[in-house]
Amino acid sequence: MGSTTLIEQTTELSAPPGGEPPRHEDLYAKRKQIYPKLAHGKFRMVKWIVMAVTLGVYYGLPWVRWNRGEGIPDQAVLADFASEKFYFFFIELWPQDIHYMAGGLILAALLLFLVTSLLGRVWCGYTCPQTVWTDLYIWVERAFEGDRAARMRLDNAPWTASKLARKLGKHSVWLVIAFWTGGAFILYWHDAPTVASGWFTGDAPLTAYWFAGILTLTTYFLAGMMREQVCTYMCPWPRIQGALTDEQALNVTYRYDRGEPRGPKRKSEGWDNRGDCIDCNQCVQVCPMGIDIRDGEQLECIHCALCIDACDEIMVKVDRPKGLIAYDTQIAVAARNEGLTPPKHRLIRARTVVYAVVMLAIGGLMAWGLATKSTIEVNILKDRSPPFVTLSDGRIQNGYTLKLVNKASEPRTMQLSVSGPEGLSYKVIGMEHDGEGVLELPVEAFGVDRYRILVSADPGVPRRQVIFTVRDGTTGETDVNMSSFRGAEQ
Amino acid sequence: MTDETKDVDQYSGVETTGHSWDGIKELNNPLPRWWLYVWYMSIAWAIIYMILMPAIPALPGLGTNTKGLRGHSDRAEVAKAVTELKTARDAQSVVLLDAGLETIETDRTLQQFALAMGESAFGDNCATCHGAGGRGAIGYPALADDVWLWDGSLDGIEYTIRHGIRHDTDDGTRFSAMPAFGRDGLLKRSEVDDLAQYVLSLSGRSEDSEAVVRAAPIFQQQCSTCHGANGTGDRTQGAPNLTDAEWLYGGRVADIEATIYNARNSHMPAWDDRLDDATIKAIAVYVHSLGGGE
Repeated sequence: MGSTTLIEQTTELSAPPGGEPPRHEDLYAKRKQIYPKLAHGKFRMVKWIVMAVTLGVYYGLPWVRWNRGEGIPDQAVLADFASEKFYFFFIELWPQDIHYMAGGLILAALLLFLVTSLLGRVWCGYTCPQTVWTDLYIWVERAFEGDRAARMRLDNAPWTASKLARKLGKHSVWLVIAFWTGGAFILYWHDAPTVASGWFTGDAPLTAYWFAGILTLTTYFLAGMMREQVCTYMCPWPRIQGALTDEQALNVTYRYDRGEPRGPKRKSEGWDNRGDCIDCNQCVQVCPMGIDIRDGEQLECIHCALCIDACDEIMVKVDRPKGLIAYDTQIAVAARNEGLTPPKHRLIRARTVVYAVVMLAIGGLMAWGLATKSTIEVNILKDRSPPFVTLSDGRIQNGYTLKLVNKASEPRTMQLSVSGPEGLSYKVIGMEHDGEGVLELPVEAFGVDRYRILVSADPGVPRRQVIFTVRDGTTGETDVNMSSFRGAEQ
Repeated sequence: MTDETKDVDQYSGVETTGHSWDGIKELNNPLPRWWLYVWYMSIAWAIIYMILMPAIPALPGLGTNTKGLRGHSDRAEVAKAVTELKTARDAQSVVLLDAGLETIETDRTLQQFALAMGESAFGDNCATCHGAGGRGAIGYPALADDVWLWDGSLDGIEYTIRHGIRHDTDDGTRFSAMPAFGRDGLLKRSEVDDLAQYVLSLSGRSEDSEAVVRAAPIFQQQCSTCHGANGTGDRTQGAPNLTDAEWLYGGRVADIEATIYNARNSHMPAWDDRLDDATIKAIAVYVHSLGGGE
């Protein structure tokens, strides 16, 4: 059979030249522990500040109060699932405003695209929660176990009381931070003071305990144990980078035009015929991802710029200009390497302009929508079964459910008028009405009221649309919605 | 591990796994080891799950499925949830018991509660015959229109639901019986056919005026007692109006002929002892709101 021949051939092909079967590397690789060294400098300072601000916002925001009036939650940022509302300072979203949520996500994505094409992966390097919490955890680790060299020594040392104490201390503080992180998350979904005190008396909802527990564990494992592996193996963002960044984006770059050929240098030697890189490995030692920036653009690099700080420190010591590693564009480095003048860095390019314009358009649309958002709304659900009925006098009747939305904090009366097919008359179940003209319907404060309405019309009229208009008699606010009228065409 | 024993791909410089298909080799870019551990952990979890929860089905000779140490049963969970729901509902539906039907329909809070409860109970118990939203079907009256055989008022609807129609074991049931004029030999075949033409003429649809003339005295003699001299029906005995556009059993000549020949006396069960009072009231209000309530 043909297939047998194929297999035989394959076996032949894969046999090594020496005839001996090859030995293989393990299919699974052990993680190499990374011991990032503390960097000092401009970017390290920026990262400390960003960490303080982002963590401060995350932990503190649920406690900010915002007065909205009687009976409405006074938490500035609250996703209130129980009453189906989302509060963000002066913005208040109802389930039917879900498109603002979508708009917000689109804006966030575009902002990420824009920033990436301007400044590379600043999101990854400075503000990504994984980066921020890992940075915080490494700070704790350093406090207990010392800097890079001390940590490596400690890990290789035999277990002693001191080692145990340091490790226990580190993990305890990690767990406390993790718990605080998970705990802060649940505060966004309930009234923060209530759920915080209820937590310890056992009165908090079960889901609160669940989510706090899950987030405690994920924080502890992702920031404490997994660290750079989250970025390298789990996160899709590094993969998407390839499509978003280009040779004109500012990235943390090793300027090989200046650095090569690299090599160790004695004090007595001069700088002729060699590059500025003295191969001191400081850029590698501070890297939280455990990579060598001098290998060029890499998927693993989160562009945290700590290697810039480390390298600049050395450049000052050896009396060479700073910026051997710096924010630079591939196109500029390549040009200088060829001896050409690098093109001026352009922030305004086709792609940045497109991102910015789309962002402005969507943001503007949302702002306009929010500013003119009505506090009155009519939604119509047409009966699907039966689509219409013929009454005994031959008239056609369609049934609808009206949902009247009142987003104001007082109950009010809405004036309903219905227009549409010729000879139209309507009645609302449970209300006195003569069949035509305006009908007053009470709607509760801050809520939705349903009314069942029956509309009838003469058979055979061509017009098949019913228009429902509600109007607040005091404020004059109006909303109009329409639905189809079936059966009249017969 | 020496270089000679490694099979390294010359283009990528990556070691291969040694697997080869038609000369295509697989590169070995190792997965992180924790990945493997996660897999082991899920296997361990599967075993723990099988011990704790019902997992192995009733194989031959085993008699029953394994119960698991936790003794979990979806069936019991559902039964428990249903009981809880009933308890919770009873606590709320008590408000319907004390209120009259008119009050329920005009009070906004009661109305919303009754409509929601009625819609769901109607879907469970009534929609099988009457259709979703009471759209009706051949032989099953539409409840969304304004044609009523017996009574379209709130109280009338409630009475019909409680006692049913032609329900043998309920003394108060709504009862009427049309004779099978043809089958029982009360009328000849030709007379039945003529009568059908007469019935059609009541809504202006007959095309055989001679038959109508022939059947006029028969109608007055046999039918008018219940359906009225003009054929407009009589609600007190559930006799349908023959002059309108609604036909419970179909409005074609053949349908009407079949009705006169065989008679049609369909049934609706009495729900008095099947549903509780609050549910019956809720269904009555819901049916009344469908489109034709009087």
